[in-house]
Amino acid sequence: MTTNLNVALIGNPNTGKTSVFNALTGLNQKVGNYPGITVEKKQGSCRLNRTTKAHIIDLPGTYSLNASSMDESVVIELLLNKNDKDYPDVAVVVSDIENLKRNLLLFTQIKDLEIPTLLVINMSDRMQRKGISLDIALLEQKLKTKIALISTREKTGIDQLKEFILDYRSLSKESITDIHAIDSDYFENLEKVFPNQSLYKLWLVITQDVNFAKLERKKVEDATDYKTQSESHLKRLQQKETIKRYQNINNALKETYTVDINSATDIRSRLDRVLIHRFWGYIIFFMILLTIFQVIFDWSSIPMDFIDKSFSKLSELTKANLPPGLFTNLLAEGIISGLGGIVIFIPQIAFLFLFIAVLEETGYMSRVVFLMDRGLRKYGLSGKSVIPLISGTACAIPAVMATRNIENWKERLITILVTPFTTCSARLPVYLILISLVIPEGSFLGMGYQGLTLMGLYLLGFVMALLSSALLNKLLKIQSKTYFVIEMPNYKLPLLKNVGITVFEKTKSFVVEAGKIILAISILLWVMASFGPGEQFNNAEEIVRQEQAQYQLTEEALSTKIASHKLEHSFIGILGKTIEPAIAPLGFDWKIGIALISSFAAREVFVGTLATIYSVGNDQEETIKNRMAAERKPNGEALFDLPTGVSLMLFYAFALQCMSTLAIVKKETNSWKWPMIQLFSMTVIAYLSALTVYQILA
Amino acid sequence: MITLDQIEKNQRAKIVSIDTDLLPLKLIEMGCLPGNEVHLEQLAPLKDPMYLVIDGCHLAIRKETAQHITIDLIA
Repeated sequence: MTTNLNVALIGNPNTGKTSVFNALTGLNQKVGNYPGITVEKKQGSCRLNRTTKAHIIDLPGTYSLNASSMDESVVIELLLNKNDKDYPDVAVVVSDIENLKRNLLLFTQIKDLEIPTLLVINMSDRMQRKGISLDIALLEQKLKTKIALISTREKTGIDQLKEFILDYRSLSKESITDIHAIDSDYFENLEKVFPNQSLYKLWLVITQDVNFAKLERKKVEDATDYKTQSESHLKRLQQKETIKRYQNINNALKETYTVDINSATDIRSRLDRVLIHRFWGYIIFFMILLTIFQVIFDWSSIPMDFIDKSFSKLSELTKANLPPGLFTNLLAEGIISGLGGIVIFIPQIAFLFLFIAVLEETGYMSRVVFLMDRGLRKYGLSGKSVIPLISGTACAIPAVMATRNIENWKERLITILVTPFTTCSARLPVYLILISLVIPEGSFLGMGYQGLTLMGLYLLGFVMALLSSALLNKLLKIQSKTYFVIEMPNYKLPLLKNVGITVFEKTKSFVVEAGKIILAISILLWVMASFGPGEQFNNAEEIVRQEQAQYQLTEEALSTKIASHKLEHSFIGILGKTIEPAIAPLGFDWKIGIALISSFAAREVFVGTLATIYSVGNDQEETIKNRMAAERKPNGEALFDLPTGVSLMLFYAFALQCMSTLAIVKKETNSWKWPMIQLFSMTVIAYLSALTVYQILA
Repeated sequence: MITLDQIEKNQRAKIVSIDTDLLPLKLIEMGCLPGNEVHLEQLAPLKDPMYLVIDGCHLAIRKETAQHITIDLIA
C-alpha cells in the first residue's frame, strides 16, 4: 500500500524551480493544461521511500500571491481551494541564494496560508563565489520552517529535501507575519465580520480576481464593512503589506545572511557590458540567429534523408508483404506516407526547440528584451514581444501564450495579432521541401543559397510582423497604462538535463499533436482520392482505354494514365478542380489546391497531403521529394519550378493556415473578433503577394 | 531630490518616495520601496529602458515608469 503526498513547487521565476522539479521527477512527468485555460500544468511523481510517493506539481513562476496574469492566478486558485484534488499537503517554496530576500516575500505569503511550508534555497554552489554565508539553523528558527540547501547543478541536497517532504507533519503551519500590523482598523473590522477565518486568505479573496473565489467573494462583498474601501486604498494596503513583509524578512536575514563583497567575483556585469553593448549587442544577437538557421538546415539533413528513405522503404515493404487490397493501400499510401511527412521534420524541430531552450536557460533572452524594447516601442510592441516573436519560430500557440507577461494591453494585443507571421516550425517542412526543389545548390560566402533562402524567409516573417504592428499601432485606438518591469537574471550555464527534458517534451507533443491531425487527414484524403462519383471515375479504365486506343501505348503508360484520370475524377479531384480557377493565377494546380485546403487544419499537412495524393495509384515507392520533382505541368515542364515554388512559399509565409492559432487567439483575447480579423487580412496578404510574385517571375 | 530617470552611471541613490497609484505592484514587490538603495547598471543602447539594481535586485524598467520614483543621491 503506497500513500500519495501532494507537493506543490512554488517560486519566483529564474530560481531554478523547474530544475528542482526535474531533479525530483526525472522523466516521470507530464505536461498538460489546467482545465478550460491554456496555462501549462506540469506534474510528476517521485518515490520518497518504499511506501510513499509524492505527486509533484510545478506551479507557474510568480513573484507574489498578488496575481497579475492568468498563470499567476492558477497558483492562488490551487492554494486557496482545499477541495482541489491537487491541494498540497506540503508547499515547497524554491528560492535562489543570490535573491533570497526578494524570494522570501512569496515565502512569507505562502506561510500565511496554513499549509505546511518548507523552503528550498537553490544554487548553493554559487555561495562561495559570491561571498555569501548563511546561518541555516538560525534562519529556520526565524522563518519557522525547514530549509533544504541544495544545488541542482551539483546534485546536492536533493535527498535531504525528500526527507523534509516525507516529514511534512512536523513542519510548522504558523504564520510569521502579523497581518494586523498592516492596518489594524481594517483587519479588526474584517475579523469582526468573519470570525475564525484566516485573515490573509480573506484578504486575498478581496484583492485578487481569481475564478474559484467567486462564491466566497460574494459573501465577502455582501458584508458592508469591507465595501467602503476604494481600489486605490486597497492598493495602498497591499503596498503596506509588502513593506511589512520586507521588514520581517530584513530582520530575519540581518543575523543570518552575510555577503562579503570583496570575495565576490561577478561575471554578470562583464558579460552585460558586451552582450547589451550598443553595437556589439546587436551584432552578437544577429550572429546567434544566423548560426541557428544555418545549423537547422545543415545538421538536420543527414537524419532527414535517412528518415525519408526509411519511410518509402516501409511503404514498399508493406505493399510487398501484405495481401493486396483496400486496407493495404490505405496503410501504404495513406497512413505511412502521411506520417512520413511529419516524422521527417523531427530533427529540425528538435534543433529549434533546443536553441530556444538554451537562450532562455542562460538568461540571454532577458538581455534581448532589454536591447529591443526602445526600438520595438516605435512599432507599438514591447521589448517583451521579442520572446513571443522568437518562440513563434517554434510554434505560434505557446508564443501567443507567452504574451501574457506583457503588461500593456495594446502592446500585448498587437503582439498576439502579428505573432503568426513569424515562421513557425510547421512552415519549415513546406519551405524545406520547396527550397530543395527550386533553389539551386551553390553557395555564396560560405552560406549555401538554400540556407540563405531559408534565412530570408524567416526575416520576411519578422519584417512582415513589424510592418503590420506599425500599421496596427496607428489603427488601434486603445489607451492603457504602460508598465514594463523585467528581471535581469544572472547568467547561467544551461543544465543539460533541463534542456534535454524541454526539447524532448516539446518535440514529443508537437509530433503527437500534429501526428493526430495528419493521420486523420491522410486517411480522409486517401478515401477521397480513392473513391469518386459517377461514370468518369468508376469506368475510368474503359474510358481511358478507348481514348488511347489509337496511340499504341505500353501497358505501363496506360495504367499511369488510368490512375491520373481516376484521381482527377475522385471526390478530391472534383474539389481541387473547383478551386483551381482561383489559384491558377498563383501558379498552383488543383493538387496543390487540395494541399492548401487541408493545410487549414495545420500547415505541416502540406507535404503529407502531396505525398498521399502523389502516391495514390502509384506503385513505384519514391521519396516525397522525388515524387514532387516528377510532377509535370500539362506542357511537360516540371510543376515545381521557380515561380510556382516562390509563390507557394510566400503564400505559406503570410497565410494564417492554422486552426489551433485561431483558437488560442480567441481564448487569449476573449472574442472571435480578433482571430477573424487576423484570418481575413493574412489570407488577403498571402493571396496578393503570391499572385504578384508569380505574375512577375512567370 | 530628483526622479529616478535622471540617475547617471556610477551614481548611487536612496529611494525617497514612490507614486503608489502609478507604479505597478510588481515593481514594489521586487523591492522598489522608500529607503532602499538603487544604482544604474546600464542604459539600453537607445537610452531607454534602464537596467537598475534596486536593493540587490537586477531589473529593467522604462524611463516613464522611473519618473514616478523620487530619489536622493548618495554623495
